[in-house]
Amino acid sequence: MTDTALTRTDAPTRTRPRRAWVGALIGVALVVLAVASLFIGVSDVTPASLIAGDADAAFLLVASRVPRTVAVILAGASLAIAGLIMQMMVRNKFVEPSTTGVTEFATLGMLVTIVLWPGMAVVGKMGVATAFGLVGTWVFLRVIRAVPVRQLVLVPLVGVMLGGIVGAVTTFFAYRLDLLQSLGQWSQGSFATVMQGRYEFVWFAAAMVVVAWIAADRFSVIGLGEEFATNLGLNYRRVMAIGTCVIAVITASVLVTAGMIPFLGLVVPNIVSLMVGDNVRRSIPWVAGLGAVFVLACDIIARTVRFPYEIPLSVIVGVIGAGLFLWLLLRKGSRAH
Amino acid sequence: MIALDHVTKRYGNTAALDDVSLTLGDVGVTALLGPNGAGKSTLFSVVGRLVQADAGTVTIDGRDVAETPSSDLARTLAVLRQDNHIAARLTVHDLVEFGRFPHSKGRLTVEDRDHIERALDYLDLEPLRDRFLDELSGGQRQRAFVAMILAQDTRYVLLDEPLNNLDLRHMTEIMRLIRQLADEWGKTVIVVLHDINFAARYADRIVALRDGRVVADADVSGFMRPDVLADIYDSPVEVHQIDGKPVALYYE
Ligand SMILES: Nc1ncnc2c1ncn2[C@@H]1O[C@H](COP(=O)(O)OP(=O)(O)O)[C@@H](O)[C@H]1O
Ligand SMILES: [Mg+2]
Repeated sequence: MTDTALTRTDAPTRTRPRRAWVGALIGVALVVLAVASLFIGVSDVTPASLIAGDADAAFLLVASRVPRTVAVILAGASLAIAGLIMQMMVRNKFVEPSTTGVTEFATLGMLVTIVLWPGMAVVGKMGVATAFGLVGTWVFLRVIRAVPVRQLVLVPLVGVMLGGIVGAVTTFFAYRLDLLQSLGQWSQGSFATVMQGRYEFVWFAAAMVVVAWIAADRFSVIGLGEEFATNLGLNYRRVMAIGTCVIAVITASVLVTAGMIPFLGLVVPNIVSLMVGDNVRRSIPWVAGLGAVFVLACDIIARTVRFPYEIPLSVIVGVIGAGLFLWLLLRKGSRAH
Repeated sequence: MIALDHVTKRYGNTAALDDVSLTLGDVGVTALLGPNGAGKSTLFSVVGRLVQADAGTVTIDGRDVAETPSSDLARTLAVLRQDNHIAARLTVHDLVEFGRFPHSKGRLTVEDRDHIERALDYLDLEPLRDRFLDELSGGQRQRAFVAMILAQDTRYVLLDEPLNNLDLRHMTEIMRLIRQLADEWGKTVIVVLHDINFAARYADRIVALRDGRVVADADVSGFMRPDVLADIYDSPVEVHQIDGKPVALYYE
């Protein structure tokens, strides 16, 4: 749709009006898809039935459709921002929580709670998953220190291997403890079971988006590397610690709400980077908006493709996301080759 | 004043800085010379609080670098490192704007914007302000980095080999700019150079390092002598007077 706007970097002054265009487009898409998301589903909820005062329809809207739509928007926006923050911290465009072992660590945390404290409230599960996510981010950052920053492809490769190891451990214990089914639930992201009282944890993710927004300039400076950051008087370690928390909380809260949603944190910031660059203050509304639109669209597809059945959202996101990501990699001018 | 007091920094068995005591910043432009591996960049790292010295102290205007808040130092001292690699897609204007970070913390005032415009203007970057850094030539990028350091508006400016990647015209331009920074903006510049003649032409004082030690420290006329130069570089260097200025010949 906006192919030319995405690839034209040689004439920045001319992309300005186009940027405004694309920005408006994202805004409109967000509203349209959100409204559509409210009215798509097995039971009939239509604007007409609401106006007619249909109590069942109103209940369904409040108890299920609104929570689902809100959860999808918040999860999409926050996961994309987790990817953006991670990319600034690592100074590498090819990382996000699910390709660096963070999501796998958080999943392991979920398994641990089920085994050790089966009756634990969801908030407790999320807390443990967050703690594991923190460990995962820390481990990744630690390991990656041994890899030169300029080894663009090696960094995500190390992350994927890390995730593979942790994922294998998780699967092993899930298998031994007969919990493979639960594991399957988390690893297949879906908003089908989201309803009132069961989705509120995504607000933690939303809070982290606010944190990222406030600290946007600091994350931009971090993206210049430790030497520039120090020269500019930034407390490098503290900002890295804040970023680690942002990533872990977002990963864990989306994981307990919907399960794993791959590629999103990779694709969205990369597309936005092509359009407006990496100044976080400038790009963060774009990343949030496009992330929300992307997941909303995928969720609607997941609900309608085999109507009245739903297919897992992660399948749709995975297919579209992987395709987009390949395009980003192979695109002329990509710095991966 | 930047004062190093018995500073030692070791990497494994090699002492990158070996008990260095040195006061910098008494004149407008100080050139730091020395062969590769002499410890010039390490000296900048220690002064710029990027690495901690194993022994000794560094003070800037009497304040110990190790104990002064980093955000305070950032308004006194700006360091441009030798190899700058920025992966993020930033425009020239973005980069220069980050130079104001120590003052603005992200919220730009009118004064901040003023500094940004002046820096862009001063380095002829006005036409390139919306270009991404990865779309610039090496020289243009180097100028963008210098503009960032300028916008930081610090009393002390440390530049590590700023002439890297530059052609002759831009080398001269940057050196002239460094001179102006000292003469017109009242800055104190310490610059690592490789070319003895650039140093002799533009600096007020020349400090030479070798194997982590200060081996020469003099004004231009005291430095540009065959015996001094031969000592530093371990090879014969002739010095001629051309138009009343000393020029070193070391191409033989
Ligand atoms: N990070 C480092 N790790 C190990 N050795 C280093 C490191 N930085 C510098 N050195 C060593 O310290 C010495 C001085 O290096 P440097 O300060 O970069 O010299 P110069 O800038 O004068 O060329 C060299 O022997 C170099 O190999
Ligand atoms: Mg050096």
